[in-house]
Amino acid sequence: MAAPAFRTPDAIGASVRTRLAGFIRTLRDTGFKVGLAEAGDALAILAAPEMARPSALKPALRALLCGRRSDWEAFDALFDAYWLGRGVKSRVALSGAMAGAKPSLGAPASRPGTSEGPANDVSRGDGVADADAAPAGKREGASRAESLARTDFRKIADPDALAEAHALAERLALRMRARLTRRARATRRGRRVDLRRTIRASLPSGGVPLDLVRTRRRERPLRIVVLLDASGSMSLYTGVFFRFVHGVLDAFREAEAFLFHTRLVHVSHALKEKDTARALDRMSLMAEGVGGGTRIGESLAAFNKGHAARVIHSRTCVMILSDGYDTGDPERLGAEMAALARRCRRIVWLNPLIGWEGYAPVARGMAAALPHVALFAPAHNLESLAALEPYLARL
Amino acid sequence: MSVAEKTRIAERLAGVGYIADPGLATALALMDMLKRPLLLEGEAGVGKTEVAKALAAIHGAELIRLQCHEGLDRADALYEWNYQRQLLAIKAREGADPDTVEAHIFSETYLLERPLLAAIRRVDPPVLLIDEIDRADEEFEAFLLELLSDFQVSIPELGTLVATAIPRVVLTSNGTRELSDALRRRCLYHVLDFPEVDREARILLARVPGIDTALALQVARLMAEMRKQDLAKIPGIAETLDWAAALVGLGVPRLDADREAVFETLACVLKTREDRARITREVTDRLVGKVA
Repeated sequence: MAAPAFRTPDAIGASVRTRLAGFIRTLRDTGFKVGLAEAGDALAILAAPEMARPSALKPALRALLCGRRSDWEAFDALFDAYWLGRGVKSRVALSGAMAGAKPSLGAPASRPGTSEGPANDVSRGDGVADADAAPAGKREGASRAESLARTDFRKIADPDALAEAHALAERLALRMRARLTRRARATRRGRRVDLRRTIRASLPSGGVPLDLVRTRRRERPLRIVVLLDASGSMSLYTGVFFRFVHGVLDAFREAEAFLFHTRLVHVSHALKEKDTARALDRMSLMAEGVGGGTRIGESLAAFNKGHAARVIHSRTCVMILSDGYDTGDPERLGAEMAALARRCRRIVWLNPLIGWEGYAPVARGMAAALPHVALFAPAHNLESLAALEPYLARL
Repeated sequence: MSVAEKTRIAERLAGVGYIADPGLATALALMDMLKRPLLLEGEAGVGKTEVAKALAAIHGAELIRLQCHEGLDRADALYEWNYQRQLLAIKAREGADPDTVEAHIFSETYLLERPLLAAIRRVDPPVLLIDEIDRADEEFEAFLLELLSDFQVSIPELGTLVATAIPRVVLTSNGTRELSDALRRRCLYHVLDFPEVDREARILLARVPGIDTALALQVARLMAEMRKQDLAKIPGIAETLDWAAALVGLGVPRLDADREAVFETLACVLKTREDRARITREVTDRLVGKVA
């Protein structure tokens, strides 16, 4: 950011200015919404007397540059790391400067040896260079796309094909978004005239009803809350599904996303990123620390306790993407599902395993959760994602 | 802003009975320096609204409050013409020159000021409290953003009204709806948490007449323990104040001196049936034993 362009008090040296610009860039990379005006004000704070001391500077910059609670909680660590060089490790993790050694749920790149990388079970064999697996464009035409639509994501071996499946999922989502939005607009028309308000509004024009006031249905926009299972066994599906949700999202103005494995991570920020690839990167970054085992029950409990009151209202659909293999207590899962079902409009459980032949939801956790689920559907290939549309439209 | 100024603000707040944490004093000092609104977030009952009242008190300014709710529109928040009076005026002047009548009925005499207009038309800068902004609709939030950046309002019949003095604006939010990034960026931001024990004790000493230091400390410690319990509605500072006042009123010298009274007055603190059932006599005794 062009620091010298700020309206700056001259008292501040160029080096401090550059440092401040760097700090603001770090904050932006971490998801803070900081504009030019804020940067200018930050400089003004720095120029104020007695502000050189970190103890005075930190609370002042925090009040100025934070915009939400998550910013607020991350700020102290970022500030200390940047200005005081403390806890540098945590800064790297937060700012995303570290390129290697993070499990990626998205792009079909994988590192032999880690257990979470998608597609690692298929590409490990011959040690193909994974680094150049970025989406390379489509080589074949429609027939290829058609066959891809029915293939289980798990069975797509070729990195190119997987990239293509990702792209198709996104295109599918975009088409669905357009249709879903149009439907919402059509239902908005044709309301009745509210006579009482019309007459009230006609007073300034001497009783001539120039403007008709129509009855407004107090409708809260539908909100989707996505809970994604980020355990190793699911990573392949999670990535594609995240792309799908990201694409379909604009039809629903409100959405929240959480990842869970052994604990719950709030990733809605990643969902708000406009560019899909970057969104996926950010989510993968947030998913770091994926451990062994999935504790669905405990993650749901954390959700019910810490987030549900804020993110769930009466018109909320909760989508859970998980294979239902729970290492925790199934009774707990059942109880938390019941609590969740009481709060929200409906719960959709997408389980890629349904697409497998001979699957029955007998795992104890899954069986405990099923009574509270409104729709139990597969999400293992593009076709099954497309099949979700009528359901989303009806919500 | 300097450190001295921050300390001075904290002292003046204490003078009117508001015990602020240091970060809040900084934010309030910055409000004056940068002329930005302050957005406060935090659980219900941590004293968000009190901040605005205290701010008004230390500046000797008028407090203008706009309580947001769903469906709040410009007519409720900004201005409205007094239609009844206008109609009467038209009737009374029947036969007069229409242009004169029109000029007359669209003068400021017939303008009903609502909080936002009132806030920018005062000679002395008031404190404008926009309470629970998250309950208002998004359209209103966008409109508010415009007002907060320019501090001027255009009324078609009158022209543009520019603020005579820039009000100090405090917004509060409970997080029932995500606010727009634009609004957040525009504002200074502070998260209010439940006070730590000694700050809550100081609040009690400042606000409850007749309480002594030992009882205030006990109450504050018990409230800290209480908030760690798994309660449906976590008691806020207002509850603490009510409860302490009740204890003082009943003449309870120490919590461990009259456990019966302590248990019975918990109605000031526990506001749902589940919470009441959860904090049984035994739990109360255990908690009192812990803090006494």
